Amino acid sequence: MIISIASGKGGTGKTTVATNLAVAIGSDVQLLDCDVEEPNSHLFINPVFEKTITVTTPVPEVDEKKCNLCGKCDEICQFKAIIVIADTTVMIFPELCHSCGGCEKVCPENAIKETSRELGIIQKGYRNGIEFVHGKLRVGEAMSPPLIVKVRSFARPDKFTIIDAPPGTSCPVIASMKNTDFILLVTEPTPFGLHDLKLAVGAVKMLNIPCGLVINRSDVGDNKVKDFAKKEGVPVLLEIPFDRNIAEAYSRGDMIVEKLPGFKEKFLTLYDNIKKIVS
Amino acid sequence: MKELIIISGKGGTGKTSLMAAFAYIAENKVLCDADVDAADLHLVTAPDILEKHDFQGGNTAVINKDKCTECGLCIDLCKWGAISETFEVNSIECEGCGVCVYFCPEKAIDFPLNTCGEWYISNTRFGPLVHARLGIAEENSGRLVSLVRNEAKKLAEEKGLDLILTDGPPGIGCPVIASIGGADAVLIVTEPSVSGKHDMQRVVQLANHFKVPAFLCVNKFDLNKDITGEIENFAKEKGLTCLGYIPFDQTFTKAMIQGQTIFEYDSGSAAGQAIRKIWESISEKLDDLRASS
Ligand code: SF4
Ligand code: SF4
Ligand code: SF4
Ligand code: SF4
Repeated sequence: MIISIASGKGGTGKTTVATNLAVAIGSDVQLLDCDVEEPNSHLFINPVFEKTITVTTPVPEVDEKKCNLCGKCDEICQFKAIIVIADTTVMIFPELCHSCGGCEKVCPENAIKETSRELGIIQKGYRNGIEFVHGKLRVGEAMSPPLIVKVRSFARPDKFTIIDAPPGTSCPVIASMKNTDFILLVTEPTPFGLHDLKLAVGAVKMLNIPCGLVINRSDVGDNKVKDFAKKEGVPVLLEIPFDRNIAEAYSRGDMIVEKLPGFKEKFLTLYDNIKKIVS
Repeated sequence: MKELIIISGKGGTGKTSLMAAFAYIAENKVLCDADVDAADLHLVTAPDILEKHDFQGGNTAVINKDKCTECGLCIDLCKWGAISETFEVNSIECEGCGVCVYFCPEKAIDFPLNTCGEWYISNTRFGPLVHARLGIAEENSGRLVSLVRNEAKKLAEEKGLDLILTDGPPGIGCPVIASIGGADAVLIVTEPSVSGKHDMQRVVQLANHFKVPAFLCVNKFDLNKDITGEIENFAKEKGLTCLGYIPFDQTFTKAMIQGQTIFEYDSGSAAGQAIRKIWESISEKLDDLRASS
C-alpha cells in the first residue's frame, strides 16, 4: 500500500505527519521524501545513508561537422532548447531541454548525440525498521518531476510506503500523488490553509484517489476548514492542537511521537483508519 | 525602478503575511503575486479585478480516431508513456513535446494549445496588484511567473511607480527560478527550525547561482534561539545581511483570519514593530541599489 501526504499550502505540517506516522509504525515501512526541492524529512528521521545515486536526464549534443543547419531540430523542439541561429550555428540550452528525444530522431544527418544533465541526487538509508529514500534537486535545476519519478521507483509493494509530497497542486505534486492508494491532506484552519486546501482537494478529485484530512494547529483559527471537509465528504482523521511544545520540538527536529505523550497512539489510530478506508 | 522578491524556500515561514505587511507600509509600488500555484495574497488584499486574461502555455496531444490506423508508432515514441494501448492520450501525463504529432504517418494527432490558467490586474487598498491562478495539475508555472512579473513591470512603468514588491513561490525549482532571475534583490524569510534553516541555505545557494543580491530576515526568532544563532552565523559566513528578527506573535494569524495586515489588525504589536524596522533597512538597501545602478 502506498499513500501520499500532501497540502496545498506549504508549512502546514506535512513533513511532521509523514515522519511521525513512519516512526509510529516503526517496521516494514518506507518513507519516500518527494519534496525534492526542499527535502526535510531526513532532518527528523536522521537515517544512516548507505547509498547515493546521481540522477541525470539525457540532453542533446551536436556534432558540428555533420550538421548541415537544416533547422529540423529547431522546428520540432517545443521548449526552445535547441535553436539554429541565422543558418550559422546550432545552440543548445540544456537547462530548457525536456529530454523528449525529438531532435535526435528528426535529424537527417545523424548529427545529434545524447549527453546528460544532472537533475540531482537520490539517497537511501535506514533508521531502525524504516527504509528512507529522498531526492535532492540540484540547485539551479528547474525540473523536479523526473527526479520525483526516480524517487518513487524505490517504492516496494510489500511495504507500507509513505510519500512526503511537495506543496502546491502543479506538476511536481501530481507526480508525487498519482497512482497512490490514498492521499492524506494536511491543513491548518486559517484562510490561507482553507484556500489552498480547496485547490488540493480539487487535485485529489481529479486523480480520483480516496483522501482524508489532518488539521494541524486545529485550535488557532475558525471552523471553516471543518465545514468545508464535511461538505466535500473528506473525513477528518486527526487534529493536532497548537502547542508551543510541539512547535519547539519541531524546530529542533524532534519527533512528537517520541517526545510528547499520547501522540504515538494517535498516529497508530490514524494508520488503522487509513487502512480501513483503503481496504 | 526596483523589483524585490520575497521567498522562503520552505512554506509556512510567514512570507505572505510579511509581504502583506510590507504592502501596507511601502509607497509607490506595484504588488505582484508570483506564487501562482497557491496564490494567497489576494486573501488579505481583497483585490477588485480590473482585467482578466487567459494564460495559454504548452500544447497537449489529442489523437483523432478517424484518421489513426493504430500503427503504434506514437506509443513507442512517447517518453512519458502518455498514450494508452487504446490510443488515448492521458492529458495529465502528456508533456506537450510534440514528437508523436510530428512523426505520426497519418497526421492523426492534433496539438491544441492549452489554457492552463488566468492572470489578473487588480486594484487593492494598497495599490495595483498583478496576480494569477495556475490551473490544477498544470505545467508551465515558470512561464506564468515570468508573465506576471512582466505585466507588473509594464504597469509600474505606465504609472510611474518605482518599486515592484513580489511574493515568490516556495521551493527552488522552476517557478522560483522564474521569479528571481533578473530581480534586483530577494528577501529570504526563514524561521529557526532545522527545516527552515536547511531550506533557507538552499535558497541562498539559488540566489547566488543566479547572482541576485539576497537579504535575510528571521520570523518567529524566539521559538528556538539556538537555531536563530546558527542562522546568524551562517549569514555572517556567507556575507549575507540579516535585516531583522521578528518575534513569534499570534497577531499574525489573528490578522490573517480577519483578512487584514498585521498593522490594520493591531498597530502596536511586537511583530509589527520589528517589521517596520526591517522595512526601513530594505528601503535603504534598495536606495543603495538605485544609487549604484
Ligand atoms: S536537425 Fe541535425 S542537421 Fe539539422 S540543424 Fe539540427 S543538428 Fe543540424
Ligand atoms: S530532446 Fe526534445 S526538448 Fe531536448 S532539445 Fe531535443 S527536441 Fe528539445
Ligand atoms: S502514430 Fe498516428 S496512426 Fe500511428 S497509432 Fe499513433 S496516432 Fe495512430
Ligand atoms: S506530445 Fe509528447 S508527451 Fe504528449 S503524447 Fe505526444 S509524445 Fe507523448
